Amino acid sequence: MSVLEVEDLRVRLRTPAGEVTIVDGVDYEVQPGEVFGVAGESGSGKTISMLALLGLLPEGAVVGGSARFGDDDLLAMPRRRLRRISGRELAMVFQDPYTSLHPMLSVGRQLTDHVRLHLGLGRAAAEARAVELLEEVRLPDPRAALGRFPHQFSGGMRQRIAIAIALACRPRLLIADEPTTALDVTVQAGILRLLDRLRREHDLAVILITHDLGVLSGIADRVGIFYAGRVVELGLRADVLQRPRHPYTRALIDALPHPELTREQNLVAIPGTPPSPGRIPAGCAFHPRCPYVQDVCVAQVPPLDPVDTRLLACHVDPFAG
Amino acid sequence: MATAPTAISEAPELRVRRFGRAHGLARFVLRRLAALVLLMIGITAVAFILTQLVPSNAVATNLGEQAAGDPAAVAAFRHHYGLDKPFPTRYLLYLDHLVHGDLGQSSLTHEAVTHDLGQFIPATAELALYSVLFAALVGVTLGVISALRRNRPIDHALRVTSLAGISMPTFWIALIALYVGFYRLNWFPGAGRLDPGALPPPSVTGFYTVDALIDGNFALFWQALHHIVLPALVLAAFSVSLLMRFTRSAVLEVVGNDYVRSARAKGIPENVVVRRYILRGALPSIVTVLGLVFANVLTGAVLVEKIFSWPGVGQYAYEAALNLDVPAIAGVSIFVAIVYVSINFIVDVLYGVIDPRIRIT
Amino acid sequence: MTDLAVETRPARRRVHIPAAWRQPLAITGVVIAIAWVLIAVFAPLIAPHGSLEQTFTPAQSPSWSHLFGTDELGRDVFSRVIFGSRASLPIALLLVALAMTIGSVVGAVAGYFRGLVDGTLMRLTDLFFAFPPIILAMVVAAVLGRGLFNAALAIVVVAWPSYARVSRGLVLSVGQSEYVQSARLLGSSSRRTLFRDVLPNVAGPIFVLATLDLANAILLLAGLSFLGLGAQPPQAEWGSMVADGTQYFQWWWIGTFPGLAIFTVVLAFNFLGDSLRDVFDPQTARRVEES
Repeated sequence: MSVLEVEDLRVRLRTPAGEVTIVDGVDYEVQPGEVFGVAGESGSGKTISMLALLGLLPEGAVVGGSARFGDDDLLAMPRRRLRRISGRELAMVFQDPYTSLHPMLSVGRQLTDHVRLHLGLGRAAAEARAVELLEEVRLPDPRAALGRFPHQFSGGMRQRIAIAIALACRPRLLIADEPTTALDVTVQAGILRLLDRLRREHDLAVILITHDLGVLSGIADRVGIFYAGRVVELGLRADVLQRPRHPYTRALIDALPHPELTREQNLVAIPGTPPSPGRIPAGCAFHPRCPYVQDVCVAQVPPLDPVDTRLLACHVDPFAG
Repeated sequence: MATAPTAISEAPELRVRRFGRAHGLARFVLRRLAALVLLMIGITAVAFILTQLVPSNAVATNLGEQAAGDPAAVAAFRHHYGLDKPFPTRYLLYLDHLVHGDLGQSSLTHEAVTHDLGQFIPATAELALYSVLFAALVGVTLGVISALRRNRPIDHALRVTSLAGISMPTFWIALIALYVGFYRLNWFPGAGRLDPGALPPPSVTGFYTVDALIDGNFALFWQALHHIVLPALVLAAFSVSLLMRFTRSAVLEVVGNDYVRSARAKGIPENVVVRRYILRGALPSIVTVLGLVFANVLTGAVLVEKIFSWPGVGQYAYEAALNLDVPAIAGVSIFVAIVYVSINFIVDVLYGVIDPRIRIT
Repeated sequence: MTDLAVETRPARRRVHIPAAWRQPLAITGVVIAIAWVLIAVFAPLIAPHGSLEQTFTPAQSPSWSHLFGTDELGRDVFSRVIFGSRASLPIALLLVALAMTIGSVVGAVAGYFRGLVDGTLMRLTDLFFAFPPIILAMVVAAVLGRGLFNAALAIVVVAWPSYARVSRGLVLSVGQSEYVQSARLLGSSSRRTLFRDVLPNVAGPIFVLATLDLANAILLLAGLSFLGLGAQPPQAEWGSMVADGTQYFQWWWIGTFPGLAIFTVVLAFNFLGDSLRDVFDPQTARRVEES
């Protein structure tokens, strides 16, 4: 049974320009213990769709669809119950480690307050647990770290602390929103290795959001590609990243610099720019930029249908076979 | 995909600056203290210069007409204040007196200025305390409400109210309060700290309300409280508005921050998020305003004390200024400046306590 | 150092568009302020009577013949309130202009030349900040003697440090800006940089401060007059009129209407200053209010 099953998720946000659809019918599921990679460019709706699950959308947001988590629908839950699940069974790590920790509260405090709340532990027990968690994320000198403040740590260390905070109550599902984007490349690898190890040790499912496909190639089990608020391709990592069938995925892969690229071969850029949320093209949102576009692509939104071992949203399917 | 980490790439990860247990708090406080001392010296210099500027016949006004005729007394006076010595020596003499707690003798009351201050300070302090406490509670709460209900009707109403609050002259509010509260409705007394003829409680703190309680005299406590309500409220009007405005903007700045979102993602209930994450983040700005609030309370005290016949430092300073009572003027200036600077010092330190990032500066 | 043959455009601060609700507030402020300026200018034409005539029955409550009643000496309060604008407004404007000039120059010099000059000047302003406004103002007024003009001078002494702090901060930040640094590198003379690039960007927040300061100056001026250190009787000045009203508070109209006048003027400038602050630079101006 899947840990999370998202069906037809839609999110509309209120902007000065009116109501804008950011997420337009997203379906996916996450299996226990797997790393589900979510890839897409900025503005593709990947972060917003995750914030919707935790009830962290800005005021005036309208949410549709369902997100089954265990026996509950996250999107239909009363706020109080959602708060009890957040941080406990479902946790999130955010992109910017420099702003996601409170600058005036000690690391120990930020590690223990939700633990004491959710698990009812006393202070000593919570602190002992905090030290264990910091050891797990390989933070040096965990005991001393409890009394320190976030600004005393580097970005990579802060992200480790954030991960420790997220995993403190042993959640079933962790959503990691671009956890390495704000960090140096050299530090990124460490964080990803950490995530991988932790999910294996604790049978934790992870949704890993990124715009960098390279990040997913090392760690993801399955991958979903987002474009303009919809899922365009979803399947096993090897399938999607090595044998992409959606023109957008194919173009993304082709755009990556390859170590064996010869001097004659050029980097292929995708023509055009991703559509801004208020101005999504009719039919298949990618059609203005797609080299394989046909009339049906302009007329109808392609459904996300099973094709072989994966899900594909493309009328044309030019790379079949 | 994983690359073998080099020594260079590992180093930044392991970098953790160590600042000792209290993370530099002690050093921070010491640095602020040093700045304070420098400032105090400057203040005494200014006060001293003031005493030299005010035109007056120091001898006659201080000794009184009779003594001024006695050459021995005049000589003693001149010697004590170094009036026959050059400028720098007089300043050092002045400092010397200061250190020994001698602020000179008031030409009005003919008592030592320190004695006068000792009498009048508690009255003003009591008034200021009630006023600031009230203002802090009401002002911060309303500011938070205003921020959390941003752009809704209550927010607009509160913002206009606070703008009006800082635009009203304190003495005007006092007049209206006096007229309505005392003259018309007769709910509150119009003058003084106690009813005419009432004896103050035995002095422990100098605060009539507190001392009455300590003495177990509830009737007197009630009376003192009754007298302090109107002046304290009038004094608080400006402060409430100021606090409302600054709290609102401080909270608004914090509310959009990522760490508030992280707190909610952890499942922390909203009221705890407001208290521990939002308010805490806004606290440095709010604390900074306290310095401003205090400045205004001092300013307002002069006006309010005059209107409500409150025997405090404000009244004393006013009489001194009016009558060119040089030692009193200088004494009050120093006292007020010291208190003012100390409050700012405390605010600075509090700032460092609340926000550990500041301690490095 | 030769000037460039190529013309460089001066660095301009981005102007923020104020929030929608500010507009009615700002407009109200401007309208009230202009109304009072007009009242002050045309006072003799608007006021039904002179401000010093004691020809009427004293202590009459407001009526159609005396809109604001008469005071204890039989003077028409309405006329006195109108003439009172001639006392407070011009003097307040003058003193703010003076404080602004002195303070901005001091601060700009400190920020531009840095080093020892900066240190000394800033210690000096710190010293002035150490004395709460009314105490300093009272003392200076006492030293110089009573009177509206002297009270105004006292307030200048109290007010200039805020401008110094703001202008110094602004000059420092603009001076550090890459635009100015590159202009200097390319050979623009110091004076030219100062006037074209630094000063215009400094002007905005300074004017915001001046507007808000005007409000405070009027309050302080009225306060000093209330205490008897400013305007002297029989001059019609709002602060001293409220003082009269306090003495005879059972005749509430004597003090209430002058106080109302002060309130409306100060409110107008606060509305205006708040809206201006939204336009120019919320961050800097707010930081200064705190100093």
